[in-house]
Amino acid sequence: MMEYENQGYDEAHLYASKEEMSSLVLNEDPSPPSNGSKSFSDDPLSSAPPFVEIPTDDADPLHSPSPNEVLPNHSSINSILEPPSYADAIFQSFDSDYIDSAEVNSQDQSLSALSSFSSDYVKICVSDPQKEQEQSGSLVPGVSYYFTYLITTFTNLLEFNGAEFNVRRRFRDVVTLSDRISESYRGLFIPIRPDKSVVESQVMQQNEFVEQRRMALEKYLGKLAMHPVLKRSEELLVFLTVPGKMPLARTTDVSSRMLDGTVRLPKQLFGGESAVGGAAKVSEVAQPAKGGRDLLRIFRELRQSVVNDWGATKPPVIEEDKEFLEKKEKLQDFEQQISNMSQQAESLVKNQHDMGETMGQLGLAFVKLTKFETEEAIYDSQRACAADMKNVATAAVKASRLYRELNAQTVKHLDKFHEYLGLMLAVNNAFSDRTNALLTVQTLLSELSSLNLRIEKLEAASSKIFGGDRSRIRKIEELRETIRVTEEAKNCAVREYEQIKENNKNELERLDRDRHNDFLSMLKGFVVNQAGYAAKIANTWETVAEETSGYAK
Amino acid sequence: MNALQRSGSGSMAQSPRSSTSQAPYLTVSVTDPAKMGNGVQAYISYKVITKTNFPEYQGPEKIVIRRYSDFVWLRDRLFERYKGIFIPPLPEKSTVEKFRFSAEFIEMRRQALDVFVNRIASHHELQQSEDLRTFLLEDEQTMERERSQETGIFKKKPADFMQIFKDVQSRVSDVVLGKEKPVEESNPEYEKQKNYIFQLEDHLAEAQKHAYRLVKRHRELGQSLSDFGKAVKLLGTCEGNSLGKAFSELGAKSELLSIKLQREAHHLLMRFEEPLKDYVRAVQSIKATIAERANAFRHHCELAETIKFKEIDLNKLRLTRSEKLADAEREYEQLKADGKESKRKFETIVKLMNEEIARFQEQKTIDMGVVFHEFAEGQAHLAKSIAEAWRSLLPKLEACSSSLETPDA
Repeated sequence: MMEYENQGYDEAHLYASKEEMSSLVLNEDPSPPSNGSKSFSDDPLSSAPPFVEIPTDDADPLHSPSPNEVLPNHSSINSILEPPSYADAIFQSFDSDYIDSAEVNSQDQSLSALSSFSSDYVKICVSDPQKEQEQSGSLVPGVSYYFTYLITTFTNLLEFNGAEFNVRRRFRDVVTLSDRISESYRGLFIPIRPDKSVVESQVMQQNEFVEQRRMALEKYLGKLAMHPVLKRSEELLVFLTVPGKMPLARTTDVSSRMLDGTVRLPKQLFGGESAVGGAAKVSEVAQPAKGGRDLLRIFRELRQSVVNDWGATKPPVIEEDKEFLEKKEKLQDFEQQISNMSQQAESLVKNQHDMGETMGQLGLAFVKLTKFETEEAIYDSQRACAADMKNVATAAVKASRLYRELNAQTVKHLDKFHEYLGLMLAVNNAFSDRTNALLTVQTLLSELSSLNLRIEKLEAASSKIFGGDRSRIRKIEELRETIRVTEEAKNCAVREYEQIKENNKNELERLDRDRHNDFLSMLKGFVVNQAGYAAKIANTWETVAEETSGYAK
Repeated sequence: MNALQRSGSGSMAQSPRSSTSQAPYLTVSVTDPAKMGNGVQAYISYKVITKTNFPEYQGPEKIVIRRYSDFVWLRDRLFERYKGIFIPPLPEKSTVEKFRFSAEFIEMRRQALDVFVNRIASHHELQQSEDLRTFLLEDEQTMERERSQETGIFKKKPADFMQIFKDVQSRVSDVVLGKEKPVEESNPEYEKQKNYIFQLEDHLAEAQKHAYRLVKRHRELGQSLSDFGKAVKLLGTCEGNSLGKAFSELGAKSELLSIKLQREAHHLLMRFEEPLKDYVRAVQSIKATIAERANAFRHHCELAETIKFKEIDLNKLRLTRSEKLADAEREYEQLKADGKESKRKFETIVKLMNEEIARFQEQKTIDMGVVFHEFAEGQAHLAKSIAEAWRSLLPKLEACSSSLETPDA
């Protein structure tokens, strides 16, 4: 989904030594480049320089000097990677070289291949499912099993401190990863993880199910690796690189994360040391700082009061950002269209498939007829008829095969719509994050104002008593303390909200750019594909028409 | 009477040597279907236009109005009188579709009826038939009278013939059940031919089934492209700017292609699927003739048996010098004459069938050749215009991406 401009990267650079990497100029320009996505100034994760593109050296012929240029023309690479290329489609139909079964899959890899040419890539493979026995300790008697998958990562990102990693993870670990990322990166468009799908696992054959899950995991991790921010997240990094037991805890208290501003993982984990000692440290770190215990209490009470006061329904949140609201509405419209598009795409694929199938069956029926006529032929006219029939039969079978290939490609192109449909879910989640954060802020504000009101009342009452009212004064002191803590909480919440707003904004910009590029390349791919195969099919039938031209009236 | 001028539609002359204007010709066209009557009584009437220089027809051109049951009458009469000849097949008598009377159904039927009559008109023997003349020349009332006179032996429907040759097929089961073995020709070549015809029907039926499905697929894909195009256009309105334009152009192209596919679907139906169906019907008609031949053979054999017995009786009577002898002798002579006649009939059928089957194969090869050629041409043309339509979009899409090069906020 994400396309980067530094795409012509020479392979040799992928394994550049550390010295070479550090000698590259890091562009610390904080203003948003039009390429890649911007980091947020308050990146809670690292004290590292803000996320930016690492420019390649001058040897790269495709590197665009201006940081504002979006996409250079990399059609030369595209023409190698994609099946029927534009140039060929303009002229007559092409030969079978282009429609290679190997290249049918290449489009799938094309995006990840392209990103492997860029200067900051993370490529993840999921393979080798193994059945393992569940450790004892569950209430259920007997033995139960689960599957682990080998997760192989190739990367040249600095943060990873290595080029290749192999770890074993189970699905539950992926769920944990997903939950943690959702907590840490509120406001970003976070890819939706694969379903737990309990029912399917019962219905399907185990092999099928495991294979499907493996593919889904690979796709999901791939999406994470494509996200400009998430690919560098500590959660993902730890997930991908730390061997042994999953080092991330199921969840951290959101409130505490907001307080600390970070979930700091001990440096040992970066060095790749065994996680045995590390695991304990992580859980330690997940506890809030001492001073934050009060804040924790505040947030817990806050949550409770929201539930008490409003029950299941949340109070309306007053979103004031007009621009945002406009964008949101547009996106809702877009989502509807995408959903419709997704359906029509599926239907088109099905009909193309049926066409190919029926054509094939017709061809086979004529093959049988041909064979029959040839065997039983008594008259010459029968033999002539059989010969004609054979031409039609072979052409029909060939056309059927072409339809099948066409469809396989069409699926890959139109899959973009399904992808974007999934993306819309992530977008809605991100918008929910924003709404929730705003709700938190507004609730705290109202809490503060009601506290202040109580202090006022108490002060008014106590001022009437001469010498002061001990108990009231004490009460006021307590309330002031509460206000102080609540103020801190509010400030926290406001920071969080602003952060999320910023995330939303950046992601929306990224979405607009990507959408444009993605759809354009999808349309081109789809059209070239259709044109190419139609030309081939036309050729097939033209031959038959020529061979039977003797019968033309 | 001796109107020997060629009519305007000389291109449809059926005579083998059409070099001179004096060559005999007989061409018919079935046109202008019109719905008559209402409700359950409704039917379609057709204009049947005959152009000929045959002397018996008393005129170069005649127009009459006919309905489906008139064609059925003609077919049945010809079947009765010209045993051994493959009578051209009729389109099915459909009771359900009739009520819907879709334009497509009417056109398919009209086409089939036109082919039917013209095949008769171009068959060197059938074209001489009196029944054909009645059909082509008489007014509607006379025709109706003829039709309603169809009782007794002429009432036999093709279904009955199907029954007869079903018996032919079930001889094995009869033997098993201990029934009397029906008399069969022991002609290995003919057996081979019969098997060929039966198997041919199965193969053709399968091909026709898939051809019909192919028509449906074209329609479905066409509809899908139309819906797809609409959805793409809607998405384009979301996008705006050049990409939005690209989307709407793609949507428009998709809708255009949908129309092309629908057109090809219709073309396929009329020029590919229907001829295949016609081929199947023709083979079924041959099967009916096969049944007739079996009948004739059985009849002949039975008579031969009867004659033999009669001979024995006769000799007995001769010995006893009975008065019944004279009668018996007369009956015997009559039987012998009948026997000769039935033999002659059977042999005629055999001779005709042999001629017919050769002719049939030749004609079929030509007919199917044309069908295949048009099928291939139609598919090629469709695919080509699809390719062109999509290609025409590419420059516009390229223009979109180049507009991307300019800095975007």
